[in-house]
Parts: sequence; C-alpha cells; structure tokens
Amino acid sequence: MSTKRKINITNWENNLFDIIKKHNVDFLPYVPDAGHAKLISLSEKDHFIKPIVLTTEEEGIAFSSGAWLGGKKSVLLMQSSGVGNCINMLSLLTNCNFPFVALITMRGEFGEFNSWQVPMGQATQSCLESMGVVVHRASNPIEVESFTDAALYSAFSSDQQIAVLLSQKLIGRKEW
Amino acid sequence: MVKNEINLKRREVVKQIVDNRCEAKIISGLGSPTYDVFDTGDSDSNFYLWGAMGGSTMIGLGLAMANPNLPVIVITGDGEMLMGVGSLATIGVQQPKNLAIIVLNNGYYGETGMQKSHTSFGVHLDKIAEASNFKNSFLVNTHNDFYNLLNYLPPKNGPIFGNINIEPQNPPRSLPILDGVELKNRFRKSIGLKAS
Repeated sequence: MSTKRKINITNWENNLFDIIKKHNVDFLPYVPDAGHAKLISLSEKDHFIKPIVLTTEEEGIAFSSGAWLGGKKSVLLMQSSGVGNCINMLSLLTNCNFPFVALITMRGEFGEFNSWQVPMGQATQSCLESMGVVVHRASNPIEVESFTDAALYSAFSSDQQIAVLLSQKLIGRKEW
Repeated sequence: MVKNEINLKRREVVKQIVDNRCEAKIISGLGSPTYDVFDTGDSDSNFYLWGAMGGSTMIGLGLAMANPNLPVIVITGDGEMLMGVGSLATIGVQQPKNLAIIVLNNGYYGETGMQKSHTSFGVHLDKIAEASNFKNSFLVNTHNDFYNLLNYLPPKNGPIFGNINIEPQNPPRSLPILDGVELKNRFRKSIGLKAS
C-alpha cells in the first residue's frame, strides 16, 4: 500500500461529501487538516453546504448546537489534536442532548513521525468516550462511508453524539 | 476603564435590552448574565447557559446563520467573552447581519469571588471586535452611549458588538431552570421546530 496521502484520499473523500449532502447537512465548521482538505474544498464550491472556518475546535461544538437550535445540521471537521480543546464544551451536548457528528482525522498513531502528536492521538477516543460521545473508528474507505452515513442518521434522527475517527492508516501517513 | 465614571447597572441595562427585543432570540452566558436575563422574566425565546464557558457567542453565530432573518442577541460577561475571544474572529469572517454580541463588562470574575479580569488591566474587547471586522463596535460608558447602542438592537445590520462597562455589583441571583433538554426543546418550539 502506498503511504502517499494524495493517493489514498481520492475516492472515499468524494463519496463522503456525497453522503454529507444526502443527509442535507447545512454547515461544515472546521479547523483544517490535510485529511479534510478535499471535503473543505468541495464544500467551498457547493451552493448548499457552507464551510465555517474556526479558530479552535470547541467553537464548532457551540456553533453546531446553535445551528440546531435554529433547525440546521452541522458536521464538525477536525484532527485528533483538537479533541483535547473540546472537552468541557462537550458538556453542552450531553446536558442539552444536542445532535452532534464530528469527523476526526487521526494523528499520533500508525507511522507517526511527529512524536508531539502522539499523546493526544492516543487519548482521543477515551477523551470523547469520557464525555459521553459514541466513537466509531474507521480504518478503510468502506468503513468511513458506512460509519458516517450511520452517524448522520442516528445523530439527527434521535439526538445522539457521535464521532467518526478516520484512522491514520486510512488517510495515509504524513510524508516528511 | 475608569471605575468612578461607571454608573450603568447590569440589571437595568439588561432589562432595557430585553424590553426592546421585539422578535429577537437571546442567548445568555453562564453566571450573572444568565441571572440578569432570567430576572427580566422567563421566555421560551431565551437560551440560558449554565456552563460551556466560552460558547455563547458561537451558539449565537450558529443560530443567526441558521435563520438569517431572525435577530439574535448574545448577552454575556467579560470573563466568558475572554475565554471565547477567538470567536470574534470567526464571526468577523461570517458577517452575520442579524447577530449582536453584548458584553456586560465589570472587569471582574463575579461568580468566583471578584478576581480582576483582563479588562481591568487595559484589554479592550470593543477594539478586538472592531479589529475582527464587526460592522459596528461600541464602547458604552454612559447612559447616552447605551441609548445609542439600543438604536442598533435588535441587530439588522450586524455584526454588532457592545462593550458595556457596568458597575461591579452582584445583585441577588435569579435562577432559571437547569434542564438543558427542556431549554433546547422549548426554544426550538418557539421558532416552529419540533422539539428534538
């Protein structure tokens, strides 16, 4: 298998965008990651979905909740390092039972070069679960598509909080 | 700010904003701003925060962008605004015409024993909002300043920022319900959405 991200991210990211559109998602708040670049770029050209650039990831949790108060759907895009920034803001979701979907690209695991990414990457899943967020870990294109589709369905049909982790094996190692 | 020139009182200021809200939805930041808004009378159109510090402005942005014709007023304190200060840049990017951020600035963390906040040490939130490309950003020290700000509420040509310097006082707490699910459901019903 190639370790070049650009080779690995082509088709499933297009499919992911189609799934997000199928669920009538209105907003994609994001702190960028290379693994989300295609999704962000597609949303910038889309007439319906609006990307919202954030200064820090917890802004996206509050934004998603406010948008839902007004009847609109959001999907938060971030990388694993941002999960730590979100911990207390996740209490907004569990206290109010706001629907929530995050697509989180993983760093600090498979083949990571930058050791500074490892502590938060290793703690990402347990931090989310500690705050009551259901976590699905996707390791291949079929899983990421089916988990995202399922997460969107569950979150917006019955007020669930779900994160889909896109493993570093899926998105490919960052080349240095 | 020069303390001896400040004579605006938080409850009076908030009551006048609420009395002039028309159709506006109000998000209140945790601590005293939530008590101030509730003290004017409860409403399904208020979403009170009891936690999630730093989140009120972004909840306001999400709501405002979901409903561009619905005016949204966020009322919070200097402490919460400082924790979410990056959100001013995020709001500046989106330029929601229907959003106003009102900061009740007493220069202190009132809920935790009146420790001085950054605004007591020369940090100017209205200048941060102005530099973040808010359409209008007001520093409010006097009653005249405040009446001028009221002309811009509910917001139609925002984003509007109001940095209202208020007396550092802690009026009796006035506590709304804590149940976040109920607050969410009744708020959504108030704009014609199903509860969940």
